[in-house]
Amino acid sequence: MGREIVVYSPTAILGYGFPRESAEKAARIGVDYVGVDGGSTDPGPYYLGSGENFASYSGMVRDLKVLLEVFGVEGVPLLIGSAGGGGSRRHVELTLKGLAEASDGKRLTVAVIYSDVTPGRLRKLAGEGRIVGPADPGAPEFRLERALNSVVVAQQGLEPFIEALRLWEPDVVVAGRSVDAAPFAAPLVVEGVNRGVAVLAGKILECGALAADPPAGSDGLLAFVGVDYVRLASPSPSRRVTIASVAEHSLYERADPFREVLPGGYADLSRVEYVDLGGEVLARGAFWVEAERYLVKLEGAERVGYRYVMVAGSTDPGFIERLDLIFREVEGEVLRRHPRARLYLRVYGRDGVMGSSTPWKSPLREVGLLLESIAPSREEARDALALARSMLMHWGWRGRKSTGGNLAFPLSPSEAYAGEAYRWSVWHLAELREPLELASIELLELSGGRYTRVEVAGGG
Amino acid sequence: MARLYDVAVALRSKNAGPFLLTIDIILPSRECMERVAEVLTPARVADLYNVPLDRVVSVVKVPWANAVKIVLRRETPAGEPGDRDVYGAQQHAPLIGLEVEGC
Repeated sequence: MGREIVVYSPTAILGYGFPRESAEKAARIGVDYVGVDGGSTDPGPYYLGSGENFASYSGMVRDLKVLLEVFGVEGVPLLIGSAGGGGSRRHVELTLKGLAEASDGKRLTVAVIYSDVTPGRLRKLAGEGRIVGPADPGAPEFRLERALNSVVVAQQGLEPFIEALRLWEPDVVVAGRSVDAAPFAAPLVVEGVNRGVAVLAGKILECGALAADPPAGSDGLLAFVGVDYVRLASPSPSRRVTIASVAEHSLYERADPFREVLPGGYADLSRVEYVDLGGEVLARGAFWVEAERYLVKLEGAERVGYRYVMVAGSTDPGFIERLDLIFREVEGEVLRRHPRARLYLRVYGRDGVMGSSTPWKSPLREVGLLLESIAPSREEARDALALARSMLMHWGWRGRKSTGGNLAFPLSPSEAYAGEAYRWSVWHLAELREPLELASIELLELSGGRYTRVEVAGGG
Repeated sequence: MARLYDVAVALRSKNAGPFLLTIDIILPSRECMERVAEVLTPARVADLYNVPLDRVVSVVKVPWANAVKIVLRRETPAGEPGDRDVYGAQQHAPLIGLEVEGC
């Protein structure tokens, strides 16, 4: 590579929005690639399981529209990773729909990377002993029957992106679940940047202006990347990039700030040094360490039931004092009638946020109760919560003063349906025979708001 | 003696994936980082959080950020039934009152 490659990350998550002026400024400076992340697993298993978009659909369309207007005319490729947050086929399809809507009839070539792990592939991986262990401490045991009952995706590495870029040089890449750094790092690797440096750049860029000062989730960041360095700058005049802002972000939401593990190896970041350039920062000293095995993380979400919730408060000293005791009795009674239901109580003002890790015990004048029921059918969940509500409200004890009722309900009706509940059923590493084994890659052409399939590639 | 909350530049918690919680204590100087790291052994962290020692995955110094980073295994995975803090953003309270010297 002869010159710096410029990668622009417009926002932390596609759909979070960003100032149009920032994007226009970036375009004036000159950008080679625009990358954006669709989300993460932090909001829990619901989004993967349900297929719902984490960011709002209209927000996503608005962001795509601005990006296509500002960068489309220049032919700057746009790469989207972990579409919709969960990154399953349903999320990818929703992002494609949003892209068609935002394209305003323009012609675009769109490479699509599906990350879904089908039941057939799951059986094969499990049968060949290639599911090699939990991806994090605390992950559940792998059970094939649970996995088969789940939506499962493989967190793709850089390779499927690199393949799509090399095969077709598409205008847009829409990928399912993938490592956060992928939409930024993959084009850099294609351009000849050292993989460790590319991953370092991707890891800082993935949250947009969260690595700037002042930080923001709804603004962007620019990286000027040479063979062995990354220079970071803000396209917005109201933000700077400082050593402190980059260093602080290097810890953010990660267990190990010294290495960034990807399928196929890791970027060693333990010797990265940052140089202050007065509003910009230069980072160098990252290098790539190849692994012997190509391990990808499988993520699976399984529906456990339907959820109803209720909010209530109490100021009665007698009730607050006996609350745990009363709840246990109520729970026992409810579960006798609805053995498949589960109740969860949080007591705000006491230990609602941290449970048994709460560091203090203060005298309670008022508590807030969030009571939740989950059951395999909506009706059971509803009835279990209704039963718990009336029992808690009217529970009596010797010497009770508040005989009108133990709870204040702010809402009528007091229970609300809160959707489906999910749990992580798969969070495991799978050993692949080759990097594209769990990726299905195809090229589409978008024209007049409609897609036609041009070509299929990859391991699908 | 001062409270960690008053001394720290940032005292924050957040998920690191749905099974882990990470607490970043960003301090004003390298010396202060060393002081805090001396006090915050894994056993002390387990004690402060009232969790068994095996829930403490690591406590490391991050010199380039003058930070001490704690990683805990979550009691309930993020967003699963029974969770109290989906993003893990309010799990720093046990460290607020930690007494530190020489910062």
